[in-house]
Amino acid sequence: MSVTGAPAWMGRPSPAVRVVKAAALTVVVLLVIFPLWTVLATSLAAPENVIANGGWVIWPERFSFDAYADILQGGIITRALMVSAGVTVIGTALSLVCTIGLAYTLSRPKVYGGKPMLLLVLFTFLFPPGMVPLFLVVQSTGLVDQYAALILPFLINVFNLVVMRGFFQSIPQELLDAARMDGAGELAILRKVVLPLSKAVIAVIGLFYAVAYWNRFFEAIIYFNDQTKWPIGTVLRQYVTGGASLSETAGEMATASPQSVQMAVVILATLPIVCVYPFLQRYFAKGVLTGALKA
Amino acid sequence: MSMTRVRSGAGATSPPMEKTPTPATRMGPLGRIRADRVLLVIAVPGLLYFLVFHYGALFGNVLAFQNYIPFLGVSGSEWVGLAHFERMFGDPEFWNAVANTLFIATLQLVFFFPAPLALALLLHSIVGDTVRKFVQSVVYLPHFLSWVIVIALFQQMLGGAGVVNGWLSDLGAGSISIIGNPGAYGPLVVAQLIWKECGWATIIFLAALSQVDEQQYEAAAIDGAGWGRRLWHVTLPAIRPVIVLLLVLRLGEFLSIGFEQFFLQRQSVGPEVGEVLDTFVYYTGFAGGDFGYAAAVGLFKGVIGVILIYTANKVAHRLGEQGVYKA
Repeated sequence: MSVTGAPAWMGRPSPAVRVVKAAALTVVVLLVIFPLWTVLATSLAAPENVIANGGWVIWPERFSFDAYADILQGGIITRALMVSAGVTVIGTALSLVCTIGLAYTLSRPKVYGGKPMLLLVLFTFLFPPGMVPLFLVVQSTGLVDQYAALILPFLINVFNLVVMRGFFQSIPQELLDAARMDGAGELAILRKVVLPLSKAVIAVIGLFYAVAYWNRFFEAIIYFNDQTKWPIGTVLRQYVTGGASLSETAGEMATASPQSVQMAVVILATLPIVCVYPFLQRYFAKGVLTGALKA
Repeated sequence: MSMTRVRSGAGATSPPMEKTPTPATRMGPLGRIRADRVLLVIAVPGLLYFLVFHYGALFGNVLAFQNYIPFLGVSGSEWVGLAHFERMFGDPEFWNAVANTLFIATLQLVFFFPAPLALALLLHSIVGDTVRKFVQSVVYLPHFLSWVIVIALFQQMLGGAGVVNGWLSDLGAGSISIIGNPGAYGPLVVAQLIWKECGWATIIFLAALSQVDEQQYEAAAIDGAGWGRRLWHVTLPAIRPVIVLLLVLRLGEFLSIGFEQFFLQRQSVGPEVGEVLDTFVYYTGFAGGDFGYAAAVGLFKGVIGVILIYTANKVAHRLGEQGVYKA
C-alpha cells in the first residue's frame, strides 16, 4: 500500500492531468472541511458579527467565547455532556469486556457448544431487533428512564464481535499451546498472551463503540420520559435540528447570539470525536481496518 | 488442569485427518464443560446480551398478532391473528412509505454506490504518501459524526439563511430552497449520505486496488496503454469481483436505507415524501400509540430483509465469494 514515488513505468503525468487531479482533491477536501469550519467560526464570533452577516460567518472579526460560557455555566447542555461522557466511558468498557470474552471463547476451535453459540450470534446479523419489540424488552427489564437503557441494549455489535473473533483466530496456536505447557490457565493465556497481541484491534473496536455511544440520540427519545436525562445528541436534535430555541436554556445571562450558541453546541458534540480521531487514525495505516473490513 | 486439552493446529481449516484422539474428545459432556469452564464463563455476559436483547426482542414480535395495550401487557392483550397485516395491505400511508423507501433506496444505489469507487480511484492515483494520507484522514472523518451533526451542518450550509444562500444573494442571484423542500428531498438525503459515508466506503476499494498486480500495469504501460486504458483494461477487471460482491451485498440490504437520517428530517418535509418504513413504524407506534400495528409493519420489513440478505449471500457464494454471515 505504501508506494513512495512513482514507479518508472508510469512516466510523468501531463500537467493538465495533474491540475485536474489537484483541483478534484481540493474540492473534495473543502467539501468536508468548510462546513465544519463555518460552524466553528460562527460559534466563536461576536454577536454583532453574526447578526451583520445574517446568521453565520466564515471568519470571526472579533473572537468571543461567550457562546461557550453561556452553555457551559450549568443547565441542560452541561448536564447532557456529562451524561454522554458517562454513558460513553462506562458503555465502552462494558462492551469491550463482553465482546472480548465472547469473541475469545468463540475463537477457540473445540470449545464445548462453540458451534451452536456461534450460530446463535450470527443469526442476529440476519434479523436485527425491531424498534417496537426492543422497546418492549427495555420496558420489561425495567430500564425505562435508566441510563443503562443507553448501554445494555447495544452492548455488543455483531460486526465488532466477528472482527475480534477473526483476529483472535489469527493468533498462532503454538503461542497459546506454549503458554498452556508452562501451566498457564485460560484466563492467564488471555491476559498475558492474547490481549497484549491484540492491542490494535481492541483500540479500534473500543473507539468504534465509544463513537457509537457518544452519537446515539434516538433511543433516549423513546426510552426516557425524563428529559433531564437526555444525552447531548438528543438535546442537540431538540435545539438545532428540531428548531427549538436555546436562548431559554442559556438563561437571562445570555450574551452571545442564538446562532453562535447553536453552533457552539454542534462543536461541543463534535469535539470529542475530532479529538479521538487522530488516535484511531494511527491504526488505519497499520491495515487493521482493511483486514477487519475484509473479514 | 491446563494440561487436559492439547489442541491440534489451525482448528476449522485443518482437514479432519490427523485424528490423534485428544483427551477433550474422549470426555463426556460434563467433562468437557468442566474442562472448558473458564471459556464458557467469560462467554456468558455476551450470550446473555444476545438472548435478552435479540432473542427477547424476536419474541416481542408476537405484538404483531395482538391488539397490544401497554397496561395489559403481552400476556393480557387480545390476540387478533393477521388483522394488522390485512390492515397494512389496505393502508395507503403504508404504501406511501414503501414507495418512498424504494425511491430513496434506488437513488442510493445509483448515486451513492459508485461514488466511493470513483473517490478510491482518485485517492489511489495520488503518488505522494503524505498527501494521500492527509486526504484520507479528511474524507474518513464525517463517518464518525452523528446524523444530528451532519444535518445541522447541511442546514447551516444550504438552509434558507445558510451560507450558500448568503453567497447567492450577495451575487444578486436569488435563493435556492433545498432544506424543507419536498421536491429536493431525495437528492438532498443522497447528498448527505455521500458527504458522510463516501470517504469511509473507499477503504474496501482501496484495499482491493492495492492488491492489483504491479506487473500488469507495467506491461500495459510498456505496450503503450495510457492512463484511461490502464484503468479500463487492468484496474477495473482486477477489482471487479469486489465490486460485484459489494453490489450483491448492497442489494441484500436494499431496504436498509437508514433510520436516524430520515427520522430527523421527516417533519421538515412532511410524511408525503419524508415517510419511510422505519419512520412509519416510529410514528404509528411511539407517536400514535398503535404498537401492535407498528410491530406488524416492522416485522414485515424484517422478514423481507432476511429474504433479501439470504438470497444475496447465496448469490455471493455462487460467485465464489465469501458472504457476510458465513464467517
